[in-house]
Amino acid sequence: MPVNMIVCCKQVPDPEAPPSVFKVVDNKMTLPPEVKPVIGQYEEFALEAALKIKDTAGGKITALSLGNNFVRDVIKKALAVGADELILLEDKAFEDGDSWATANALAAAIKKIGTYDIIFCGRQSSDWDAGQVGLGIAELLGIPAVTLARKVEVGGGKAKVERVIPDGYQVTEVTLPAVIVVTSGIGALRYATLKGIMAAAKKQPLVWKPADIGLEPSKLGAAGRRTRLDKLFQPIKESKCEIIAGETVAEAGAKLAVRLREAKLL
Amino acid sequence: MAEYKGILVCGELADGKLASITTELLGCGRKLADESKEDLSCLLASDAVAGASKEAIAFGADKVHAVEHPALKEYQADSYMQVVEKVARDSAPRVILIGQTAMGRDMAPRLAFRLGTSLTTDCLDLRIDLTTKRLMQTRPVYGGNAQAVFTSESMPQMVTVRAKTMSPLERDPSRKGEVKPTKIDIDMSKVRTRILETVKEQAVGIKLEDAPVIVSGGRGMGGPQPFQTILKELADLLHGAVGASRPPADNGWVSEHLHIGLTGKIVAPDVYIAVAISGASQHTAGCSGSKHIIAINKDPEANIFREAEFGVVGKYEEVLPAFIGKLKELLAG
Repeated sequence: MPVNMIVCCKQVPDPEAPPSVFKVVDNKMTLPPEVKPVIGQYEEFALEAALKIKDTAGGKITALSLGNNFVRDVIKKALAVGADELILLEDKAFEDGDSWATANALAAAIKKIGTYDIIFCGRQSSDWDAGQVGLGIAELLGIPAVTLARKVEVGGGKAKVERVIPDGYQVTEVTLPAVIVVTSGIGALRYATLKGIMAAAKKQPLVWKPADIGLEPSKLGAAGRRTRLDKLFQPIKESKCEIIAGETVAEAGAKLAVRLREAKLL
Repeated sequence: MAEYKGILVCGELADGKLASITTELLGCGRKLADESKEDLSCLLASDAVAGASKEAIAFGADKVHAVEHPALKEYQADSYMQVVEKVARDSAPRVILIGQTAMGRDMAPRLAFRLGTSLTTDCLDLRIDLTTKRLMQTRPVYGGNAQAVFTSESMPQMVTVRAKTMSPLERDPSRKGEVKPTKIDIDMSKVRTRILETVKEQAVGIKLEDAPVIVSGGRGMGGPQPFQTILKELADLLHGAVGASRPPADNGWVSEHLHIGLTGKIVAPDVYIAVAISGASQHTAGCSGSKHIIAINKDPEANIFREAEFGVVGKYEEVLPAFIGKLKELLAG
């Protein structure tokens, strides 16, 4: 049975950038231009989960993203690795939303797409880390959701999901359509093949505006928020690390043992 | 619009007893309730909650909504949601406190969207703004590279709270409170998921959360091997456990249950030895509560040295054998 899948992806500043480049200025995160945007790490796992199902059961993958000023080469990675279609909710009105505004717009877009068996989301975005949108979409669409999936199999109108729980896992069966929220155990996103990259270069994403998904601007982005961001700040940390040195690195290692013993830590 | 009043804690049980996160939420909730002169109530829903209900009172609750049903023995969203949604609607609290736990992460966003309200997850600090009476909700963002303070624009004000950030009250068995057994029929036809199997994948040896010493490896370990050899040797020597930052877990070098960080385990051992870990905020979010952090990294600029108390700059392949050798000598003498 071919499976219709939608994967929600977010373009975020590279979360692997060194901590020192993250600077808050006037309540906004500002990053130097060398920090490139990427698809969020958990959305990459969500894409991989969908691709694994496409490999075995076959089907169609629609990548869906919300934001403004997308860098085409970044977000088109979804196509390059094997998604069939890319839909961008791209407009100034979508900017600065919270989990509520984002889930609401994505759910409206998913209703417009119409046919879907599984909606894959990452467990949390790599910038705001809230971990709500996948579950929010499920509630707004009135369909079940399974979170923290590390393995997904599909058959007979159901999905069998291995979900991570503290110190173990649970095998859960869910009726489709459903939202499946993915965590890292699913495996890293595959590399794009040259053929994939060339095919993606030829495809154009479909761009939808607020009117295309039938939502008033008052329900979108910053205007649609249900939380207010009062302050963004960086707690000040003072480094007081005692660096143990030696003639050689090995000697430093031995001296560390002596120092820790002296300090009665070990 | 209904009048929202009081603080509601969504409690959890661990092995039939009141979970430690719930005692922490009750400690925090008591303070918020006293400041606003309101009641603190606690929802406990499982197959049997009588003992835990009394404990919730002893830890600060004025009232316990005690819901018993065989379908609630193991948390499953579609059955549990029927209970928590009803209690939240009937009691209309001003604030709902939930643990940032396996259950809380799964349940809280669903509840927020059902109630049509906002939620701030993974809070580290909560306080009431004295002029607006709003709950100021502080949480890490950008992988821990910054913190944000949020307020809710809708009622109830919902948050999940990170474990070990709030202090429980001293247990007082003489505290008075009301345990209110609440009967809720669960419509099993609305349960769209079925748990086929629950499997424990417990690592052998000391549990990461309980270990007094943790020896943790990062991306710089280069592969799975050193986790089983040199890091394990050091951990065994110190009666500790081996942990990891996110890349080794993502790459499958170690079990994901060893992952320490924002999306993994939060640990607070006496001694935390970070080996070849750069110290991304994602990771330090999980270990910054440790009493003493020791860093070994070949990059003198690595962020982990900002967190550490003692450090050695060098390749772990050269530092660790000498460190372990000397330590054996010292521990024997």
